[in-house]
Amino acid sequence: MADITQLKDIASQVRRDIIRQTYYSNSGHPGGSLGCADFFTALYFKVLRRHPHFDMTGKGEDMFFLSNGHISPVWYSALARAGYFPIEELATFRQLHSRLQGHPATHEGLPGIRIASGSLGQGLSVAIGAALAKKLNGDPHLVYALTGDGELQEGQIWEAAMFAAHHKVDNLIVTVDWNGQQIDGPNDEVISLGNLPAKWEAFGWEVLHTPGNDMASLLHTLQHAGELTGKGRPVVVLMRTEMGFGVDFMMGSHKWHGVAPNKEQAIKALAQLPETLGDYPGPGEI
Amino acid sequence: MLDQLINTGSKATRDGFGAGLYEIGKLNPDVVALCADLVGSLKMEAFIKDFPERFFQVGIAEANMIGIAAGLATSGKIPYTGTFANFSTGRVYDQLRQSIAYSDKNVKVCASHAGLTLGEDGATHQILEDIGMIKMLPGFAVICPCDYNQTKAATMAIAEHYGPVYLRFGRPNWPVFTPENQRFEIGKAQVLSAGADISLIATGHMVWQIVEAARALAAEGISCEVINVHTIKPLDEETILDSVSKTKCVVSAEEHQRNGGLGESIAGLLARRLPAPMEFVAVNDSFGESGKPMELLDKYGLGIPDVIAAAKRALQRKS
Repeated sequence: MADITQLKDIASQVRRDIIRQTYYSNSGHPGGSLGCADFFTALYFKVLRRHPHFDMTGKGEDMFFLSNGHISPVWYSALARAGYFPIEELATFRQLHSRLQGHPATHEGLPGIRIASGSLGQGLSVAIGAALAKKLNGDPHLVYALTGDGELQEGQIWEAAMFAAHHKVDNLIVTVDWNGQQIDGPNDEVISLGNLPAKWEAFGWEVLHTPGNDMASLLHTLQHAGELTGKGRPVVVLMRTEMGFGVDFMMGSHKWHGVAPNKEQAIKALAQLPETLGDYPGPGEI
Repeated sequence: MLDQLINTGSKATRDGFGAGLYEIGKLNPDVVALCADLVGSLKMEAFIKDFPERFFQVGIAEANMIGIAAGLATSGKIPYTGTFANFSTGRVYDQLRQSIAYSDKNVKVCASHAGLTLGEDGATHQILEDIGMIKMLPGFAVICPCDYNQTKAATMAIAEHYGPVYLRFGRPNWPVFTPENQRFEIGKAQVLSAGADISLIATGHMVWQIVEAARALAAEGISCEVINVHTIKPLDEETILDSVSKTKCVVSAEEHQRNGGLGESIAGLLARRLPAPMEFVAVNDSFGESGKPMELLDKYGLGIPDVIAAAKRALQRKS
């Protein structure tokens, strides 16, 4: 198991992969991806008890579902770095004939992905279904899911939240990427999420808080979340991240939600992110 | 052969679903069921009584139900979702598209109270667009059995078919005229009665209407080939082409909009392979309304006289 220093190194490489994927495809969503790089690193290199090879059914292992599919670059990087597919394949992101679709999909058979996401609000329901199957199968492993914060404006999220509490889906840990931003601006200007912790509590969930860009705190909270499972209530982790974290000119603004860096910006960003594991071979010069 | 198509007693196709769900539940431990607060309407009580741990009450939250079904299917279960056809399709179209069809999930979307014969509840619930919506989704099979016995058989058969299925059935008691304990073959149309002059092709409740129309036409000396297309997708192209190559004209009949329905699928096939005069018995770009099932079929042009008139128009165009 990786220690904190190793995890930080991996996260730095994941951030480089995000910048390079979005630069080379001249599209994609770098902001939310950078903000969640620490979470994905913690998840795949520390938290998930997982088989080394992909099994769609997830029997006998923890499972993860991404609901806010637009942050695919961070997921693809984490999956490749965790060994699910060759890191060279990151160079095909958003290209024709690629398994790395703009938004995650099962259709092309990319290992690690169990459901398509992109149209928001659907992933929590899917994760609940997987968690129910684990209970039916007597499988003690957990189901994890990540949602965005703007995504919580979708009604299906609250249908799912109500169901999970009622049916005591207590083998489920949902993390909310609470960066406070969405495409059109800050949540508070678009549609305020209001008192988010109180909302989840009122729906009957265990609510935890964590900084999402501090590896030690994040690991501590996710471990605590695991300890709260099996007690009759679903668990939500409200994770405070900063959109664009790790690249100074991208941080804290919704402007980098769905905009790729140009060459000059990509070079400037990569200069702030140490190459720790080796870049995947890119088609160009950066 | 028309003489052998006898109404052995009327029962609802939704009761066939409930009976089939219970039987497949006994046979296949991977089958699980979900319902959005319509257990009684969908006749799911027997399954729930004997397999309570494999049933999930979702409440009035259809989108969530479809997503949960996708998650259960991911883990190897065979989920059957139950609600009205309206709430099984239009209300959850994006969930069906992304979480089921595009994600290749083995979910059986079981939809009751389809079409005008829902009756008194009116147009809000009388969905007439569902076949079109679902047949457009890549990978989805679309099945609409014609009576209680066939709905029971279809409900069991779809568990053996890997992939998303839309199973459409209805509310009212309806003539039962196909055999008990029949084998249901997905994608295989049934020639219920051979004929020479015209092909009458229907799905769901309208199959009985074309049987009755064929009897009336036979009395006038017109020989109808009566075909039950219980699987609208994948369409049994060969059976339809074999029939039309013999009869040279067609009437389609369905409890659905003309736009997007079975008739449109048949017309597309014939345009590509075997152009022939064709008439459509279907709802023509309108909503339904409250009323009794048979009154509604008559008002919206789906009565037996409408089938007969359509057949005569098609025959006239052939000559």
